[in-house]
Amino acid sequence: MTNMERHSYDVLIIGAGGAGLRAAVEAREAGLRVAIICKSLFGKAHTVMAEGGAAASMGNVNDKDSWMVHFRDTMRGGKFLNHYRMAELHAKESPDRIWELETWGALFDRTKEGKISQRNFGGHEYPRLAHVGDRTGLELIRTMQQRIVALQQKDGRETGDMESHLKVFAELTITDILKENGKISGAYGYWRESGDEVLFEAPAVVIATGGVGKTFKITSNSWEGTGDGHALALKAGANLVDMEFLQFHPTGMVWPPSVRGILVTESVRGEGGVLTNNLGERFMFKYIPDVFKNIYADNEAEADRWYLDQDNNRRPPELLPRDEVARAINTEVKSGRGTEHGGVFLDVSKRIPADVIKKRLPSMWHQFYELAGVDITKEAMEVGPTCHYVMGGVEVEPDNAAAVGVPGLFAAGEVAGGMHGSNRLGGNSLSDLLVFGRRAGMGAVEYVKNNGANPVSDASIKTAAARIEAPFSREGGENSYSLHAELQEVTHNLVGIIRTGAEIEEAIKKIADIRKRSANVSVSGGRKFNPGFHLAFDLDNMLLVAESTAKSALRREESRGGHTRDDFPGMDSTWRKVNNISSFDGKQVNVKAQPLPPMPKELFDLFDIHELEKYLTPEEIAKGGSN
Amino acid sequence: MTRKLNLRIWRGDATNGALQDVIVEANEGEVVLDVIHRVQATQMGDLAVRWNCKAGKCGSCSMEINGKPRLACMTQVASYGDDETITVTPLRAFPVIKDLVTDVSFNYRKAMEIPAYEHPKELAPGDARMEQIDVERSQEFRKCIECFLCQDTCHVIRDHEENKKSFAGPRFFIRIAELDMHPLDTLKNRKRTAQEEHGLGMCNITKCCTEVCPEHIKITDNAIIPMKERVVDIKYDPARMFAGLLKREKRN
Repeated sequence: MTNMERHSYDVLIIGAGGAGLRAAVEAREAGLRVAIICKSLFGKAHTVMAEGGAAASMGNVNDKDSWMVHFRDTMRGGKFLNHYRMAELHAKESPDRIWELETWGALFDRTKEGKISQRNFGGHEYPRLAHVGDRTGLELIRTMQQRIVALQQKDGRETGDMESHLKVFAELTITDILKENGKISGAYGYWRESGDEVLFEAPAVVIATGGVGKTFKITSNSWEGTGDGHALALKAGANLVDMEFLQFHPTGMVWPPSVRGILVTESVRGEGGVLTNNLGERFMFKYIPDVFKNIYADNEAEADRWYLDQDNNRRPPELLPRDEVARAINTEVKSGRGTEHGGVFLDVSKRIPADVIKKRLPSMWHQFYELAGVDITKEAMEVGPTCHYVMGGVEVEPDNAAAVGVPGLFAAGEVAGGMHGSNRLGGNSLSDLLVFGRRAGMGAVEYVKNNGANPVSDASIKTAAARIEAPFSREGGENSYSLHAELQEVTHNLVGIIRTGAEIEEAIKKIADIRKRSANVSVSGGRKFNPGFHLAFDLDNMLLVAESTAKSALRREESRGGHTRDDFPGMDSTWRKVNNISSFDGKQVNVKAQPLPPMPKELFDLFDIHELEKYLTPEEIAKGGSN
Repeated sequence: MTRKLNLRIWRGDATNGALQDVIVEANEGEVVLDVIHRVQATQMGDLAVRWNCKAGKCGSCSMEINGKPRLACMTQVASYGDDETITVTPLRAFPVIKDLVTDVSFNYRKAMEIPAYEHPKELAPGDARMEQIDVERSQEFRKCIECFLCQDTCHVIRDHEENKKSFAGPRFFIRIAELDMHPLDTLKNRKRTAQEEHGLGMCNITKCCTEVCPEHIKITDNAIIPMKERVVDIKYDPARMFAGLLKREKRN
């Protein structure tokens, strides 16, 4: 810690994606001094990858839409494991959050009346996704990035220094969240560029670090998705909720290797894309679950007719929910009916004329043409499931995003748990990060008002500094790149899309072994912009996350949403009543069950009782809501 | 379809550096970023390179490949000859930090100098009405992924450090154009400040920026030239000069 820098702020925000930036705007507008930590350059966060849109029941395209319908869709999508209060707040507030972006300069696509246009998406009853072509996430990030600059310019006019009250620390990694007397006191980390250490003193910390995709071998996530916030929160004494639930998007690219995992948008199937195996068989007809038999066609003729007449025909089975399609593809490949590169074929070329494909799926056409050399107007794509999103995350109080059990700590966006239950609907992520990013900012403001600075002790600094210095003091130890690859093999093979008890147990053992060896990672080269050194810390986080996922997956003896147990294939209403709560005792992750808060009557009554009977226990149905 | 590739990588920092040759495996379909990652994982653990999405959407892995500003994630190894050496060097317009990573903070400083969007005060959230055709003009510029390849290639600053102070560069000309064409923005005189404060006049429309833009934004034709034309109109329109209307000019 010879070169340690020291900064002091009211609120420290870790993560500069949508949730972090929205929290920062809220805290600064309330008058606080705010620091934003960005692992990459400012504006590169994974939020830019979101294509479809942000779900908000503005009712611009169909005025029957309302927060109640959105709430219902969200609970259904999550198979009723969502925290009802988060789903309620999200559905009620997302329209205001979208309109607010417009006052900051966002330019969404328009309806004929000049309102914000909204598109259909899986699981949403009405057209609901505000969008900008297929780059909605980029629009969100840019708008908030520019809002941050606007606030800095205002500060500049008042204080003469644009960064006096709001500063972005780009390319900086946080390695520890610090506490004194049981409360948050700040965080410690290093500049990626120089390797120099940095101490932030702040009574409130907002974690907004996104997902965990890099724990898995095939993922749509960038290098940043290493579960940093999940692990930092665990180590700071917070809990993670339901880490077994991961969303595997059914269609990621599988070939060539350079693009493995990159998303192929759901719209390809919506436009008529057909899935086939290496025998040329349109296999999805074999995988229609009983509960969906009345809405999905069981023969090709009817499925094909649906595209022309949706009122008198059932939907093609390619449009089943994401988890169903992902499992079907996985089974085909495991049964030896996959493509040469371990996927299946997705083909739009036989059904739609080339010019229509280029018009309706422009970015997909470009993506395959430029990255894979495949012309999707003439040939099939090779696709397979890719780890896309983690539903599990930090256990928070819904109204202020406060992490349960750690005063001064807040979490919002993908890193927070509860909102999406066992499965997230497309479009609900961008609205989630706006709604709860703002609420986390509000929560931090309220907390700082009532709790002053909490100085960091020298002992805490010493411990945090020692951790950063350790990999350089070892020689001839393990290589972090190889350990990362090993971890990805374990998660992919043993806690992936289909799980069994025996395999998960094996995974837990292997993860523990890799963790033991990772304590002996050594780093070549110096401190300056050294990716090997950076990975050593990311690896530490991924190992904790993987342990939490595996242990939660082992406990949950049922299949629901993003968690499929081959040995427990059914959904079980007694398991719906509990969350798996992970905590960390300094040595290992422990998981225990915790009851979900029951829905109050006014929300309970929004559903058809016959639908609730599929999910809730008879006692819960008899009670009819908690109040 | 694995082959041996001769990769020549610039390694070093602000004080010194040199090209280093390595031989690395390249598989069918791989892009330059893939082979750089392979070198990093197997031969040079501390090789510095920026990247994020690996899908051409975040603009992080900008570098120069055989002298051309490009995104490494969108550059196929197969687009070079089988025996051709691929040379990767850091962006020339910006100071080197280490290896392929440069200090691009110039761009973030310039971003802070462009006056922000100003929403009409009387227009409440949700009340905005805009035609699709009107938002599309600005949307073209909002596609920008901030890879800064246009800044790197722009000869006004590429080899002229002294111009950086008074020149915002193509990325920020499209930012100004975007705000200038925004149907709701109320701030006046954006074009004039582009000329007077951000160096629009230094651009002599060689279109190098448009050529390297991975988002195919027509930077020169759709942003720079229209602004230059209007600035000329405003400045030399005798009637306007006479009426002293300059400061009220907002949009045409």
